[in-house]
Amino acid sequence: MSEPIISVEHLGKSFGTNEVLTDISFDVSQGEVISIIGVSGTGKSTLLRCINLLEQPSYGTIRYHGEDILSPHFDLAHYRAKVGMVFQQFNLFNNLTVLENCVVPQVKVLKRDREEAEKNARNYLEKVGMLQYRNAKPSQISGGQKQRAAIARALSMDPEAILFDEPTSALDPELIGEVLDVMKNLAANSGITMLVVTHEMSFARDISDRVIFMESGHVVEDDTPAVIFGNPKMPRTREFLNRMLKNQ
Amino acid sequence: MPTTFFEWIPFLWKKYWPLLLKGAWTSLYLSFLGTSIGFVVGLLVAMVRTIPDPPKSKKVRYWLLKAVKFLCVAYIEVFRGTPLMVQAMVIYYGLMKFASLRLPLIVASMIIVGSNTGAYMAEIMRSGIISVEKGQTEAAMSLGMTHWQTMSCVILPQAIRNVLPSVGNEFVVNVKDTSVLNVIAVSELYFVGKSASGTYLKYFEVYSIVAVMYLIMTATLSKLLGRIEKKLDGPSEYQVLNDEEEESDV
Ligand SMILES: Nc1ncnc2c1ncn2[C@@H]1O[C@H](COP(=O)(O)OP(=O)(O)O)[C@@H](O)[C@H]1O
Ligand SMILES: [Mg+2]
Repeated sequence: MSEPIISVEHLGKSFGTNEVLTDISFDVSQGEVISIIGVSGTGKSTLLRCINLLEQPSYGTIRYHGEDILSPHFDLAHYRAKVGMVFQQFNLFNNLTVLENCVVPQVKVLKRDREEAEKNARNYLEKVGMLQYRNAKPSQISGGQKQRAAIARALSMDPEAILFDEPTSALDPELIGEVLDVMKNLAANSGITMLVVTHEMSFARDISDRVIFMESGHVVEDDTPAVIFGNPKMPRTREFLNRMLKNQ
Repeated sequence: MPTTFFEWIPFLWKKYWPLLLKGAWTSLYLSFLGTSIGFVVGLLVAMVRTIPDPPKSKKVRYWLLKAVKFLCVAYIEVFRGTPLMVQAMVIYYGLMKFASLRLPLIVASMIIVGSNTGAYMAEIMRSGIISVEKGQTEAAMSLGMTHWQTMSCVILPQAIRNVLPSVGNEFVVNVKDTSVLNVIAVSELYFVGKSASGTYLKYFEVYSIVAVMYLIMTATLSKLLGRIEKKLDGPSEYQVLNDEEEESDV
């Protein structure tokens, strides 16, 4: 096993007196595709937001290549550039075109020159099938297109890992496929490490290397999709999956 | 000598139009410059007020920022809480008394209108900044952008666009409110009206003309600002570029 990219060690997070995450630990290795599943309100988003430091953990440690990301000397901007995030609500920059959404962060954060940044952005926009919409503003495209553009924006930073927070949950059912296809393609071909919070059980089962099942702020089970979907060790995992698969 | 209202109006206009137009022009450019200065001041104040608090462990930065933010609030409260006319007197005569500074009237007017507008603009801008969705900031942060990069590339362009109607409104208000500068003898439109009505003691007639002139200025401005807003929104359509166009485009 190679050394992990990200290690979460005994992570906890409370909002006031409400403990949302309790003693979460797991490692993420290079190139792994991990799905995080569980009912709403379990703390899945909070976990991803802690990893990206959009939320400050209450206790515990998060390491990036062994370095403590909470240390005051840690280069947070560089870390965030290398560990991207894709949001449920897309969060494309509304004032910029699709192309500029992908170019500006490269220029500002990675100090790439415009030409290089644009070439890179075009390359990834093409990969997600959004190159022809590069001059559109976010308000002028569909949800699926927005999410594909947001994925291209994350990819344009040439990250090691991308955190996906329910990337298809805000989409109309007929638009989910196009985004899932992009993600499946990434998982199969890019070698990028992916941490995906999802309710798409097909993605968790067929695409990921590992599935983490969470319940009320705890990791209940963390195993291969074969075990989780075939023969879970914890009865609660089985209950959850029975419910999910029945509804789909 | 004219006898009726409808004879007086053309008579007075013929006699005073160069003076009145000059006054109107003064009102217009004072309010334009004052609003521009106010816009910049307001933007800066709002930017300072929306800087996130640094961790308490960084003592110097924490308290420095607190102090500067307090000054910003004090500035806003003072200028929004007193009449513009009083501010004009206090600033103009205050500078004369304590700094022995006899500012050119135009410069003094600019300081007065600029500071006053700046206080209102600061609150307008702040509301504009706050109203930009939180997700925009989070996305920028998740990409590694700093607070200032996020502000300049993402938040402010959206915030300014959103408050543009209010900014235009401040401009229109200033066209009228510069009339109080007559208290320090700036010859803007109202002041000119006062001189023009003195000779024949025809207050109603002269101020009717003045009122119409104000109305023409404000109505034209409102129309113009509306047009500018539309322009700034950019094209409402975009080209879906197919592969051939793609080649020629690169
Ligand atoms: N900023 C916040 N302040 C207070 N409570 C929060 C905040 N964010 C999330 N929570 C709470 O944390 C719990 C977990 O939320 P979340 O991580 O969004 O769950 P999930 O993504 O699994 O649906 C919820 O009960 C939610 O109300
Ligand atoms: Mg969530």
